[in-house]
Amino acid sequence: MTTAVSLKAITRRFGDVLALDAIDLDIVEGEFFAMLGPSGSGKTTCLRVIAGFEQPSSGELAIFGERAETVPPYKRNVNTVFQDYALFPHLNVIDNVAYSLMLRKVERSERYRQAEAALEMVKLSGYGARRPGQLSGGQRQRVALARALVNRPKVLLLDEPLGALDLKLREQMQEELKSLQKRLGITFIFVTHDQGEAMSMADRIAVFNLGRIMQVGTPEEIYLTPASRFVADFVGSSNVLPPDFVGTLTGKPGWASLRPEAVTVTAGAGANLIGMVVSRSYLGATTRLTVDIAGQRIHAVMPSGPAMPEEGEQVAVSFDPSALHRLADTP
Amino acid sequence: MSTTDDAFTEQRHGALTALSDLFWRRPKLLVLLLLAPPLLWLGVIYVGALLALLLQSFYAIDEFTGLVDYDVLTLKTYRELFNPANLDIIIRTVLMATTVTLASAIIAFPIAYMAARYARGKWKAMFYLAVMLPLWSSYLVKIYAWKLILAKEGILNWLFAQLHLTGLLEAYLGLPVVGGGSLSISYTGTFLVFVYVWMPFMILPTQAALERVPVNLTDASSDLGATPWQTFRHVTFPLALPGIIAGSIFTFSLTLGDYIIPQIIGSSRLFIGQAVYAHQGTAGNIPLAAAFSVVPIVIMGLYLWMAQRKGAFDAL
Repeated sequence: MTTAVSLKAITRRFGDVLALDAIDLDIVEGEFFAMLGPSGSGKTTCLRVIAGFEQPSSGELAIFGERAETVPPYKRNVNTVFQDYALFPHLNVIDNVAYSLMLRKVERSERYRQAEAALEMVKLSGYGARRPGQLSGGQRQRVALARALVNRPKVLLLDEPLGALDLKLREQMQEELKSLQKRLGITFIFVTHDQGEAMSMADRIAVFNLGRIMQVGTPEEIYLTPASRFVADFVGSSNVLPPDFVGTLTGKPGWASLRPEAVTVTAGAGANLIGMVVSRSYLGATTRLTVDIAGQRIHAVMPSGPAMPEEGEQVAVSFDPSALHRLADTP
Repeated sequence: MSTTDDAFTEQRHGALTALSDLFWRRPKLLVLLLLAPPLLWLGVIYVGALLALLLQSFYAIDEFTGLVDYDVLTLKTYRELFNPANLDIIIRTVLMATTVTLASAIIAFPIAYMAARYARGKWKAMFYLAVMLPLWSSYLVKIYAWKLILAKEGILNWLFAQLHLTGLLEAYLGLPVVGGGSLSISYTGTFLVFVYVWMPFMILPTQAALERVPVNLTDASSDLGATPWQTFRHVTFPLALPGIIAGSIFTFSLTLGDYIIPQIIGSSRLFIGQAVYAHQGTAGNIPLAAAFSVVPIVIMGLYLWMAQRKGAFDAL
């Protein structure tokens, strides 16, 4: 396996703010890699360092083994799909897509042939003569994708590309991006704050917080065995249980996470954990319940059924002890 | 349900309230009322005066009496416009306006770019102040100040002498056309003062246009393999072009019509503005003055038409 992008102790300061704090990361060729984190966590800065729009304050960046931290963006074989697409408003769609070919002095007819092929790849054939202003958000997104892919870059960077789309379109684009990536075999590095999006598309995920990487792993690893309280809470909105509570449950105090779908709530007493339902939201196939157990709130997600406990009802809470995942002491 | 206490609509009366309600129901009425005075001003006073001027240019002066003959419409005055002496004035003025515009655009662009891209907060205020400050002082004072700067005994000559570059200045002044006895009586002097005086009118629209170019377009261009120069050529410049064109309309038309700067600084050869001034005043040849003032209008019309054809406004 070749390493496509490698970051070693990459640090980026903006004045007093430490946007990236000694990031170490290796991204493998051909993988779909997601950088996940809340806003301000450093994921976008990290992407911009790889693209070359930001220079790291210190650290080493290598793209396919070549040191790149001082290489300007126009000399990197890396292309970006921007959050708000950044299409050139004064050029029509085909000229936007053919922009990089025009710079490389590809002959006009060949340039348009390749651009048209790229548009076809994103299912926008025949839109070449339109202006970006005449397209819908989803179509602009596709043009931006075609423009970044027409060069066949070795690495494609995507900065929250689906953020501005409505839910239906977003889900459709997620599938298309995934299949496009499989077909082209290009390394995709995808920045998002939506954990569902990261989980459904990525081969591996890096979870960012406060300029650091909290955990790197496959979606299953991140979801089932979060390394820290932050990851457990941010990815999959697990119950993060404090040491005292875990101590009373198991006899061994320490932080632990508990996935809401592992929790069963039943009406009436019976089990050793008794609580009161404080809220209930119906989500269709599942129902989300929040139960207060002596001051500790626990979320449960259960298949919707006819006999769901009401708000204010006394309930018994139970779960398989093996579902309790121990967390490190660090936040 | 009682209608007095929980009425859905608030009960208010009075002429002003009724008027507000009327405007709310018919928003176009308000727009029409607000637009009527400026439209009347523009239509009657401005365009009307322009048409009257145009009409004047189709009369001609009677050679024997020296009076304007208002009985016949003729193209005689326009023919007169194309005699060598008058054509010379037109060509001189257009060349001057063109070089002034080009120089203004070239000097203004980096200033506007810095202001649009890098100046923030206090620095932006400083920029506006610096650009606008010259406009606060009298136009005549500035021109006379320049006359002193450019004169043979002026500070510029002194500076060249201090730098032991007097020879260079002499050699430059020895050149045909651009040279002269001193900078203050050469075309170069006229050019410098024009560029100075009209500069704010080029900087501000260019800066406004650059301000609207999103930074991520520059990033995108660079990402797709464009060197900074290519990004400038293919993205920044085309998107700033409407602003530069707007600025050039100012610098070009103001230079075409100005009659004070070339009168105070420059050789004694006439520019269009001076010709208009002379013909409508002492010479009493109103038709020729009118015909002269139609020239800048026609040139600007042609210029805008060409700019539009070339796609200068595509990014608007």
